[in-house]
Amino acid sequence: MNSAAAPAIRIRELAKAFTLHNQGGVTLPVLRRLSLRVDGGECVVLTDPSGSGKSTLLRAVYGNYKPQAGEILVRHGDRMVDVVSAEPRQILDVRRRSMGYVSQFLRVIPRVPALWVVAEPLRALGVAKSEALERARALLARLRIPERLWDLSPVTFSGGEQQRVNVARGFIAGHPILLLDEPTASLDAASRSIVVQLIREARENGAALLGSFHDTDVRELVSTRMVSLAEADQEAA
Amino acid sequence: MTSGPQPPTSTIEVPLLAVRGLTKRYGGRVGCLDVGFDLWPGEVLGVVGESGSGKTSVLQCLAGLLQATAGTAAFAQRDGAVVDILRLPEAARRRLARTDWAMVQQNPRDGLRMGVTAGANVGEPIMAVGARHYGRIRREALGWLRQVEIPEERVDDLPSTFSGGMQQRLQIARALVTRPRLVFMDEPTGGLDVSVQARLLDLLRRLVTDLGLSAVIVTHDLAVARLLAHRLLVMQGGEVIESGLTDRVLDDPQHPYTQLLVSSVLHP
Repeated sequence: MNSAAAPAIRIRELAKAFTLHNQGGVTLPVLRRLSLRVDGGECVVLTDPSGSGKSTLLRAVYGNYKPQAGEILVRHGDRMVDVVSAEPRQILDVRRRSMGYVSQFLRVIPRVPALWVVAEPLRALGVAKSEALERARALLARLRIPERLWDLSPVTFSGGEQQRVNVARGFIAGHPILLLDEPTASLDAASRSIVVQLIREARENGAALLGSFHDTDVRELVSTRMVSLAEADQEAA
Repeated sequence: MTSGPQPPTSTIEVPLLAVRGLTKRYGGRVGCLDVGFDLWPGEVLGVVGESGSGKTSVLQCLAGLLQATAGTAAFAQRDGAVVDILRLPEAARRRLARTDWAMVQQNPRDGLRMGVTAGANVGEPIMAVGARHYGRIRREALGWLRQVEIPEERVDDLPSTFSGGMQQRLQIARALVTRPRLVFMDEPTGGLDVSVQARLLDLLRRLVTDLGLSAVIVTHDLAVARLLAHRLLVMQGGEVIESGLTDRVLDDPQHPYTQLLVSSVLHP
């Protein structure tokens, strides 16, 4: 880790709890005072067991969950944006140009073909339609999605196929920050090794990656650093 | 979470519409109370809530269908001048309504002229803003029918002979043909069969992205809101009780009522 480099993600004293108002007002604290930094060229892997807040952290960084305290600075062009306090349209701009997210679940839209699902992040960046589709085809082929499926909506795809479409969508734009929430969870060994390659290429291109992988082999292959939330969280037991 | 609408691409740093303190009372009853928001160019704002929450009052006041009791709604015109559309003289309001806004009603019969052909329904709004050349108007109308997936051979048919989904698509073509800068939509997929809804949603999503439309969409359907809106206002009892990025509001709702709404949706 190059400590002189500007961080891509800088999290300071982050607190996130869920209050379930319709279930007796129970409050579930998940992150208490978490601090973490990820630089370009790093792939930081969260090693905690499931249920310890890895997804919560990744979703908070993406602006999908709302923390109660702390800040999450992410590099957006030549400045840092605090996702915790940013306006919705700033967060959307950060997601469009700077930060991607890959989960194991694809939210499918009926009637939108897989090819378009994958090409969309490029279209949003203003890339011409023909080039966006060309790059989407290349990535779908690389992820071994059969060509006969490209023009179909992923609604009827298998879980593994949907996940690979999701991976393609997440990687196609070459975002400098990538959040990975179990992107290899339901993949066979061959597909998994392609995703590992994609992650390593992104890292070598200077992207900052933060993710969770339950598969220890994958962790070893992609990580530059392993972090435990329990240790990064100054008030966790 | 990653498949919602594409973010707006505009970099203009002036809101298209800035609403403050919008209130509508019906005698002693509150329609909506002290509603405020900014709508930025290229942004789609969803207003969600159950029946009676006040969401339709907000939309109808903004669209000029109801007289607001209090509040302001500053609209940035094409020429840069800002006007309060809640206090505009009728003639000026009608002029803007022809050139800058469009309304898509829940019931297509309220937004279409049922006595004239599909082609005329789409051609009329461009004639109203000055188009006179018949060939050009017809070409434009046919182009829009194609965009909304209505077969060309239906151009001379009356809308009453169309299915509900096709009527709704025709209403959308009629609303968008003048290239409005701001579109108000009231439950645009309400009352349609689910399979028809999916097609319409896909169409709306594509049009909103391709044309860079700014829109205020009222819906009680959270799935529709997730697909189309960048940002949400959640209303209850006439007031905005929560607002924010669409996926944040739906995936991490803060207010008890929003939590109840989100957790009450059935996922087949």
